Amino acid sequence: MTDHARGGGGGHDSREVILGRIRRALGPSGPGPGGSGAPVAPPIPRDYAVSHLPDTSEGTTDPVELLAENLADYRALVHRVDPAGLPALIARLLAARGARSVVTPPGLPDGWLPEDITRVPDDPAATAAELDAVDAVVTGCALAIAETGTIVLDGSPDQGRRRITLIPDHHLCVVRVPEQVVASVPEAMPRLVPHRPQTWISGPSATSDIELDRVEGVHGPRVLEVLLVGPTGTGAAGY
Amino acid sequence: MSGTFLGMPGRPGGGSRPTAPRDFPTAAEAAGRDATLRGNLRHATHTIRDKRARAVAELSDWPELRAAGAAIKDDVLLRLDSHLERLEAAVTAAGGTVHWASDAAEANRIVTELVHATGETEVIKVKSMATQEIGLNEALAEAGITAYETDLAELIVQLGDDLPSHILVPAIHRNRSEIRDIFRERMGEWGRAAPEGLTDRPAELAEAARLHLREKFLRARVGISGANFMVAETGTLVVVESEGNGRMCLTLPETLISVVGIEKVVPTWRDLEVFLQLLPRSSTAERMNPYTTMWTGTTDGDGPREFHLVLLDNGRTDVLADTVGRQALRCIRCSACLNVCPVYERAGGHAYGSAYPGPIGAILTPQLRGVGSELDASLPYASSLCGACYEVCPVAIDIPRVLVHLRERVVEGGEVTVRGSRVRLKPARGHAAERAVMRAARWALERPGVVRAGQRVAGRTRRLHPRRLPGPGAAWTASRDLPTVPAESFRQWWHRTRGPGGGSGAGDGDTSRKERS
Repeated sequence: MTDHARGGGGGHDSREVILGRIRRALGPSGPGPGGSGAPVAPPIPRDYAVSHLPDTSEGTTDPVELLAENLADYRALVHRVDPAGLPALIARLLAARGARSVVTPPGLPDGWLPEDITRVPDDPAATAAELDAVDAVVTGCALAIAETGTIVLDGSPDQGRRRITLIPDHHLCVVRVPEQVVASVPEAMPRLVPHRPQTWISGPSATSDIELDRVEGVHGPRVLEVLLVGPTGTGAAGY
Repeated sequence: MSGTFLGMPGRPGGGSRPTAPRDFPTAAEAAGRDATLRGNLRHATHTIRDKRARAVAELSDWPELRAAGAAIKDDVLLRLDSHLERLEAAVTAAGGTVHWASDAAEANRIVTELVHATGETEVIKVKSMATQEIGLNEALAEAGITAYETDLAELIVQLGDDLPSHILVPAIHRNRSEIRDIFRERMGEWGRAAPEGLTDRPAELAEAARLHLREKFLRARVGISGANFMVAETGTLVVVESEGNGRMCLTLPETLISVVGIEKVVPTWRDLEVFLQLLPRSSTAERMNPYTTMWTGTTDGDGPREFHLVLLDNGRTDVLADTVGRQALRCIRCSACLNVCPVYERAGGHAYGSAYPGPIGAILTPQLRGVGSELDASLPYASSLCGACYEVCPVAIDIPRVLVHLRERVVEGGEVTVRGSRVRLKPARGHAAERAVMRAARWALERPGVVRAGQRVAGRTRRLHPRRLPGPGAAWTASRDLPTVPAESFRQWWHRTRGPGGGSGAGDGDTSRKERS
């Protein structure tokens, strides 16, 4: 068997070369042709925690509270609102930054956006430069992870294509609480569909490349606002 | 001798760019004299190591996560062939194309041909250790293709005609005023120039990079990346990042080419729950990094229309053949070991002479390339064996153990695998004295009477001892004073104070060896 694929140039030759090297490296006790066929890897110990919600004097921490705290810790702006107050809150947050145009994913619920704003549909034919001229984007999410302060987008109709939450400089993301909130990464994995393109977002973009000094706002949206929508108790719009 | 290329080209005629060091001690000595470099490194590594310790302390089950991470990676290595075949099938089924590259030259050729096929002469890149390892940018440049690095630190390195010196923060050796100077002088040559009156405030420097790169992101048609993980079960690739340049490179271009080492595969979707907890806390000391992108082949209307995965061997199967050394392939490139290493803190990343600096580089580079060259033979010695790297490693790579194993190979020679073939490595030149000393020590330590006699002689003749050793020992004392031999050995003191029968509490003399900082 030739061990040098360089002259051959065919990727297929190199496939066989690499797989052959692996089997030889693992020796005759390993699986595969020429081996005894017995897998030698021991089982994976999975005795790590399913979640880490800290205990408080009143019992276990509320995942929604923890999500709000961790999002804010990484400089996302967090608002709590009941369903009736959502459109007014969105209108106020857009107006506060002078946003006049908003990219809208196809499944964004009617009535979330104010009447007087320009809606730019999520269109595959639009160029990146055209999206760059839009002020903001409003989306839902697939779920949110409390312990890490993460929102996950998976391209569902209320979230749209990945680029619409990347190019505009202001992202408003609506999370339905408590039903879309999980405590931890291990709780998130089985609820996500691997084949959907995913973006996990934990605060606005940031860099620590200059003397490990954290700076928020590099290439992604510089302002990330997370709107936690659910029963708030008071019914008042946000904090 | 292995021809495996791991970055650090000598670059004949290349401006001020650092060239490949001859060996680690020479390069480390030069770096140690550079006060600015030492200051930059000390500040950066100390900041991040304290933050990491706090982020890790938040998870009470860290030891269990670490054990799971190590076990998953061991499973990957022991069934690597079947995991890769499964991955290939899943990526292909999802609309991607899989290529296999046995070495750097083949990977570079595949990528160059793929870019040529698009008709483009520019590509945007998200930071990738694998493409640094194979020298992809240089290979593309030879083919008339310009590769734009888009990670802020990689941009600083590229504009400064420099080399990365850290896995996570490649420009860790540059301080803010050096970065401002590089931006002012060089940005205009590569695209949009730096704004007038740019200061050295990090926020302003980041804004300058945003403006400079934005036009490149918006017009790019080909993106090149690596990947942190590839899921065999689903064909999903994962890139973990902070700035959003990764999202730009992975979603805006029409063609995406990912070059990934074969050891980056994980068996199942669920396994990500372990690594997405271990990696961010170990690397940037965050609960989670700002952005993670996961994609499986291609998706209609969302992201690149064409996706190519180039699976890279380039020496990895040789590492796999070494049952002690193969644990280096568990590495998830978090760089925690660099940040705690007293040798890295003083020597800097360039002294290691490859894309992989620090403790992990000291065990990975010589194994990927073989310990044939003077530089590679010196790397297993770039450590004080203090063990801090092992303690912080999220996948429990026993770096000190592998270092000792590789030192033995340098000194004694022996069987290694190079390009898939077993070859016998000759003992390295220059270690004859070490071999003789080790043989003598083994002989003496097996004979307590000889040790006792030797210590007595040493104690009585201590006034006559030189400060520097003669002959081959001179190299050791060139940078150290010979320790003074006490008038009375521990053995003699014990005998005098406790009597020949000894007493309780034996073993006190050993405690200092166990203390690790």
